[in-house]
Amino acid sequence: MDSTLKKGGNRRDFLYLTASAMGAVSVGSAVWPLVDSMNPAADTLAMASTEVDISKVEVGQAITAVWRGAPVFIRHRTAEEITSVRGDGWQHLRDPQKDEDRVKKAEWLIVKGVCTHLGCIPLGTKPGQPRGDFGGWFCPCHGSHYDISGRIRKGPAPKNLLVPTYEFVTDTLVRIG
Amino acid sequence: MAGSAKTEKFDNKTIQWINDRLPVFSMMQDEYGKFPTPRNFNYFWNFGAIAMAMLGIMIVTGIFLAMHYVPTGSMAFESIERMSRDVNYGWLLRYAHMNGASFFFIAVYIHIFRGLFYGSYKKPRELIWIFGVVIMLLMMATAFMGYALPWSQMSGWGVTVITSLFSAVPLVGDGLVTWLWGGFSIDSPTLNRFYALHFLLPFVICAVVFVHVWALHVTGSNNPTGVEPKSEKDTIPFSPYYTTKDSFGTVVFLVLFMAMVFFAPLLLTEPDHFRQFDPMQTPSHIVPEWYFLPFYAILRAFTLDISIPFTHIVLLTAKLQGVLAMFGSILLLLFLPWIDTSPVRSARCRPIYKWCLMLLVVAMVALGYAGAKPPEGAAVWFGRAGTFYYFLHFLVIVPWLGKNEKTLPLPKSIHEEVED
Repeated sequence: MDSTLKKGGNRRDFLYLTASAMGAVSVGSAVWPLVDSMNPAADTLAMASTEVDISKVEVGQAITAVWRGAPVFIRHRTAEEITSVRGDGWQHLRDPQKDEDRVKKAEWLIVKGVCTHLGCIPLGTKPGQPRGDFGGWFCPCHGSHYDISGRIRKGPAPKNLLVPTYEFVTDTLVRIG
Repeated sequence: MAGSAKTEKFDNKTIQWINDRLPVFSMMQDEYGKFPTPRNFNYFWNFGAIAMAMLGIMIVTGIFLAMHYVPTGSMAFESIERMSRDVNYGWLLRYAHMNGASFFFIAVYIHIFRGLFYGSYKKPRELIWIFGVVIMLLMMATAFMGYALPWSQMSGWGVTVITSLFSAVPLVGDGLVTWLWGGFSIDSPTLNRFYALHFLLPFVICAVVFVHVWALHVTGSNNPTGVEPKSEKDTIPFSPYYTTKDSFGTVVFLVLFMAMVFFAPLLLTEPDHFRQFDPMQTPSHIVPEWYFLPFYAILRAFTLDISIPFTHIVLLTAKLQGVLAMFGSILLLLFLPWIDTSPVRSARCRPIYKWCLMLLVVAMVALGYAGAKPPEGAAVWFGRAGTFYYFLHFLVIVPWLGKNEKTLPLPKSIHEEVED
């Protein structure tokens, strides 16, 4: 009697367990398409890389490109600008990073033009705009100063301007993203 | 109901705490747990639950579709094409929603047939039936507006045809149509308001479903014998018996639904639904979705104006006759509890009524066929015959049978009928 009761109990437990597991799998597989449909669609993903022609950007000049709906600053740096951000002292910066680690080609600085504080677009790309105390960019919203390597030097921003993934397709064409 | 001292205690302390403040858990137990339900339900009784499941599926897929859809004339068609191609699982959302409408109507039509066959509309369940007809009307409005949203040739021209019907209303007809359109022809204003209403109505349907089920829980369910439960021997608790039976039936239904969604999603779709709306070009063949076909046939069955003899004064245009007949065919269902005067509920004990009901089903199929074809040749006669029988059935046969049918003896009770 006892053993048959126990057998019945085990079988029921087994059935409950397998049915619940199957139920969980079905609910998961029904919910996943709904959730995934909210992820970026194929056409949005297709806009994930932008190619920029930099042949017309003179030394000392900078342009703003658009990538994934946000600005990207491309600055053709002068030799003095490059030397000013290289050398020692980078270890004491708020977000310590060597300039060499932020560029592929020393004369081309490519950074996302979004202040790492609260997201405004820093000034300094167009001629005539203030470039802050360190010759790079100045964010007018809360006064963050970036140097000519896009690193935060003064003000409330916590991180350096983001360096996006990019590659030089040719010497005059860069693909961002 | 609520408020009385509940001696029933829940083991889980959190559930008990919530229940003391808002008795949702004891309500669920009373209405879907212990609720005494006739023990002799057949599978026709599954379709209410199935319809509820389909309503849920339509709302969920609809909300996720609404995240990608753009309701203006220039972008609507394109946004749906984009959705079907670029949005992750967008094709699945779209096909599930399109075919879900068809399956929702399949479930509801079978559910209604059950009501007609077993006399579920009779006293004391008249109000449940009335709420049900209201739900069907709301579903039809929702489906009609939903079909407009892709702004295809079939969408736009279907809307043009059906909204133009309102011009048949004497005196105010034309103004009414302009008001509905928001312009002098259908365009973005029409589409946008249809989208707003299509989003709203399903939630109105939810509210009416709530009172429909509430009214049902006051009277208790009907059953295949048509004899009310007399003792505990006639009923079983809803849970686990009907929760499992409904779940099983719903799963089978969903299997068929999914088979359609994944393997034949466009089986019921007109090719012109994949051409963008062109107000300058009418498609050769304007056809509504299958669930509207019988009513479309009734609309087109009337072709002779009724005028005062020997004058040109038209009393009722053929168009107005068709409109009145089409709306009338659905509205008369509201009065069925009073049209059917038979003291016997279930068609199991009403042999003549049973055959007349089968004939009604045949008439509906004939009307469906007539609605799908262009109005010429044999289709016209099917449409007229079907319309004739439909109104004959409800306005003449059913009231007459109520008084004159020789019914079979009723079973003594449910449990005696079942225990053979």
